[in-house]
Amino acid sequence: MQCDVCQQHPATVFLTQILKGELQKVNLCEECSKAKGVTDPTGFALAEMLWGLGTTDTTEAAPARERTCPACQLPQSIFRKSGRLGCSQCYTTFRESVHHLLKAMHKGVQHVGKSPAGWTQPPPMEERAPLPPAPAPRLQDLQQALQLAVDGEQYEEAARLRDEIKRADTP
Amino acid sequence: MKFNALLRRTPEWMQNTGPHRDIVITSRIRLARNLHGELFPGWAKKEGRFAVLSKLLPQLDTLPELQDAFIEDMGSLDQIKKQILVEKHLISREQAAKSTGSAAIINPEQSISIMINEEDHLRMQSIRSGLDLTQAFAVLDRVDTELSKRVTYAFDPQWGFLTACPTNLGTGMRASAMLHLPGLVLSESMNKVISAVQKIGLAVRGLYGEGTEALANLFQISNQHTLGEHEQEIIARLEKVIEQIITHERNARAKLLQDDPNRVNDHLGRAYAILRYSYVLESKEAFNHLSMLRMGSDTGLLPVELGQLLDTVLVEIQPAHLQIASQKKLNASERDVLRAQMLRERLQQLPEPRLM
Repeated sequence: MQCDVCQQHPATVFLTQILKGELQKVNLCEECSKAKGVTDPTGFALAEMLWGLGTTDTTEAAPARERTCPACQLPQSIFRKSGRLGCSQCYTTFRESVHHLLKAMHKGVQHVGKSPAGWTQPPPMEERAPLPPAPAPRLQDLQQALQLAVDGEQYEEAARLRDEIKRADTP
Repeated sequence: MKFNALLRRTPEWMQNTGPHRDIVITSRIRLARNLHGELFPGWAKKEGRFAVLSKLLPQLDTLPELQDAFIEDMGSLDQIKKQILVEKHLISREQAAKSTGSAAIINPEQSISIMINEEDHLRMQSIRSGLDLTQAFAVLDRVDTELSKRVTYAFDPQWGFLTACPTNLGTGMRASAMLHLPGLVLSESMNKVISAVQKIGLAVRGLYGEGTEALANLFQISNQHTLGEHEQEIIARLEKVIEQIITHERNARAKLLQDDPNRVNDHLGRAYAILRYSYVLESKEAFNHLSMLRMGSDTGLLPVELGQLLDTVLVEIQPAHLQIASQKKLNASERDVLRAQMLRERLQQLPEPRLM
């Protein structure tokens, strides 16, 4: 049996998990299992496992100058890594990345619930052009949604997103 | 209100009086809110968090719902006291790990608790006995609306309440119910229920929220999505699903009693004997036996009034509660001895189950 990750070496480590009520099996060679931290119980990161599988290259070329929120100085890379924003202005700064993420994360992209008492207009600084209709989630958005699901220990959601990534990545 | 006064008072939700009290232990609503123009707690510096605290505390302090509330900076609570609040479901484990600059505010009935500077500036919770999400929301909605007149929330017409993590955008609301499902677990149907529930966008977790295992056959069911759906819609959908699970659980219990009474008798008899007569009890074992007694009381094999006692004991046998009762720090094996002793005492008057 071949390793699911490198597809080269014979698999010697067999990981079985129950996700979404279904048995999920992953077969790894010794090298890949070490690289993924499977054999070291303290270093075992499900995130890495899920991220690595079925996707060829998830690392993006770092942009020449990283975008940073002018209000709170949060760099986009921190948002990508932690999934947490720095301030409410970040939602304007990183509007497009968030917009892409939401599609994979929520029921809709338009709030329909309650508003604060007496709320009428957004504060003036939030002037902005209308966004185009949300496109199908891009691979990197799905991956970030996956990261958030894993961070939040929502493994069932993570498994669903992983499968979606697999589908999106297969031409 | 001082910590000891809070501790002495039985929380409203533990009185075991709500609708479907035989299966639903509690209903909870959580709302996440942030202040406009302030950095979110995780990215803010210490001064920023203190600024948020000093903006919010005077406003919260004067809300009618929070009269005589317990108000404390996390820095002035020791580990055991923080853990007590976690065991009583009044603060999160994340908040318990926080120090000065974060705070907890809890009303005397312990039905409303507010965390300042957890992941968001405000995490407000309403907790009630039984299946009553609508009422739990109504109570918290009043607090939230009143507060929104006094401070400016970070809000966006498209994305709703802005939260540190985009997973909470929109309503910022997490509605959840804690269900006791021994019938479904014993009849090995729980996995089916879990996968069905997950398919419709709801989450199932163990006793203490994210990433915890199901102890005492207790499961938490909650909504995953917060954006694109009205609060009432989320609640109605969740309640509908929970009502179906309740029906399945009642059927599973009835079927077990009918098809395999000896198995039920055996579980109940062992639980009774062990809880009343053992001298060393790990929490997991105690939890699971208490679950059997509660099922016995809910199906008429034990007095029904036991429900409240059992729900109280379920909290009191947890580590921080045991340590505060004995007024000293205990290691795990000392706790196991004390837990057994406490259960022997609390269940001394427990009549023998009427086995079939």
